[in-house]
Amino acid sequence: MTSAPWEDGSDGREERGGRERDRQGRSHGSRRGGGLPRGGDSLAERSAIGLLWAAAISAVAVLGFIVVYVLWHGLPQLTPEFLLQSPSAMGREGGILPTIIGTVAVTAVGLIIAIPLGVGTAIYLTEYTRSEAVTAIIRFGAECLAGIPSIIFGLFGFLFFVIYLKMGWSLLSGGLTLAAMVLPTIIRTTEEAIKAVPLSHREVSLSLGATRWQTVTRAVLPTAMPGIITGVMLSIGRAVGETAAVIFTAGSSLRLPTSIFSPVRTMSVHFYILAREGISMPRAYGTAAVLVLLILAINFAAYWAMNRFVARRT
Amino acid sequence: MPGRRRIPRDPREKADRLIGNILLAIAFSAVSILLLLTLFIFKEGLPIFSKIGLKGFLLGLKWAPGKGVFGILPMIAGSVYVTGGALIMGVPLGLACALFLSEIAPLRLSRVMKPAIELLAAIPSVVYGFIGLVVLVPLIRSVLGGPGFSVLASSVVLAIMILPTIISISYDAMKAVPVSFREGSLALGASKWQTMIGVLLPAARSGIVAGVILGMGRAVGETMAVIMVAGNATTVPLTPLDPVRTLTSNIALEMGYAAGDHRTALFATGVVLFIIIMILNVLATRITRSRIRASFPKPHRVSSETASATGSAEGGERR
Repeated sequence: MTSAPWEDGSDGREERGGRERDRQGRSHGSRRGGGLPRGGDSLAERSAIGLLWAAAISAVAVLGFIVVYVLWHGLPQLTPEFLLQSPSAMGREGGILPTIIGTVAVTAVGLIIAIPLGVGTAIYLTEYTRSEAVTAIIRFGAECLAGIPSIIFGLFGFLFFVIYLKMGWSLLSGGLTLAAMVLPTIIRTTEEAIKAVPLSHREVSLSLGATRWQTVTRAVLPTAMPGIITGVMLSIGRAVGETAAVIFTAGSSLRLPTSIFSPVRTMSVHFYILAREGISMPRAYGTAAVLVLLILAINFAAYWAMNRFVARRT
Repeated sequence: MPGRRRIPRDPREKADRLIGNILLAIAFSAVSILLLLTLFIFKEGLPIFSKIGLKGFLLGLKWAPGKGVFGILPMIAGSVYVTGGALIMGVPLGLACALFLSEIAPLRLSRVMKPAIELLAAIPSVVYGFIGLVVLVPLIRSVLGGPGFSVLASSVVLAIMILPTIISISYDAMKAVPVSFREGSLALGASKWQTMIGVLLPAARSGIVAGVILGMGRAVGETMAVIMVAGNATTVPLTPLDPVRTLTSNIALEMGYAAGDHRTALFATGVVLFIIIMILNVLATRITRSRIRASFPKPHRVSSETASATGSAEGGERR
């Protein structure tokens, strides 16, 4: 967003006013509002605003609590054996290596399928589209798909991939189901990233005699890349944490997968089974800690990519 | 649109058109998945309606797969109660957070807080369910009595899970309200609080409603977190402390071993869920689409400041 000079002037005036009040000792505290100036509020209103502070702080506190609680109980479980051994006795003993490999494999299969489809759709919607009606249908499809709960994807994957296409409970079925699930995320983030590329990039490329495809691949996509990567990272995070869609399509075998048709158990599914069936609480905490650390790492990477994107744009 | 027709009969031009067609085919993948999904789930679930009737299925109070009795009213009631509870807690809290982030928080603070709240959406639902299971359920059991696994526990977990959705969409809607609205209100002598409640919230109303509806969709569709804290009894809960089973958990709990009519009944549960979600989705999309036109009448004075506000409104719309 570009702010108008008029707006800047008003902000400046406000700031001076605020400082003046501070100097005269009439204003309480030095924290300053984002959009609105302070002063003149009654006690009741100030306490209402205090409640808003409390609400926001408690939302962040919940996040902090969840992360700290899981890591506090889970980190002591994280030994090399836990990470590098296969489980025995249904997961009561041993480690979680097959589930780590399963998670990585299913997520990788899902993204290998979803990225070309999602990025291709976004390129079509932004650079190639001709008819409004077609675009509207595609957008509607993507929006609806985005709202469908994961358990429905699980049912669909089970019916279509596992039974109808006879893939069985496998890496491939699980990956395809996840691909369907994260596709809308990839479409939306890629579309936004491509839309943010300045028109001049395209104009220069086209004026030099490049075709539309050359323009897309050499002028538009490289600039949009960090934004696309953000979308991909967010999708990875969603796929890694998914349980309902995977449990009915990838199965829950604890053996190491040998091919794309082997059934696998992901970390989330393993964690769910350990916790729900009360097999082993320490092992459940350990798995949860690995899961949460992975999700945090993926999300920080996504924000990093996004900040780079924003920095490059401005 | 960039790339108007250039000199024809260029071989590269031909290749470019081919690529365009391939991209069109790819672009239909999302729509095809949606169609396939609808087709397969309906085909698998609908037979149960002809067998025991729409009324018997939707309004049946008893779910006893062993005896061939399939009534999902307790699960429909369960989903409604749990979602309602989540909204009662989640909407005020979410709106308060959005107001705080958009109007009160110093820029530096909101820059840290917004990603933190978005991170709440990234925590896997099993982790929420687990925290609910080991922290919330024992807490409810010891303080309020009952089994702990309850409507209340599910609602609290879901309220937290829908916070990011409600906050980020309402935040965008609030940020899209032109600065001149706030200035006008303040210039008339309204306080900051009066401006937020009397001007900002009404102006951002439809965006907020869209956020609430999407949050509702998330709460209705959530599975794993609810299974772990709800208790999953197949009766209609009478108090917030009673155990409850939702539509989603009904599917996930029994899908593993169901066969025959039982399995069909589970897919039919999926059909009911699917229809509820699609209605919510379409509602939310409609409201978001009509948002800018409905909320903000054309400004009389065209200045660079209103232009920039409209720009940010579109930015909000695109998300």
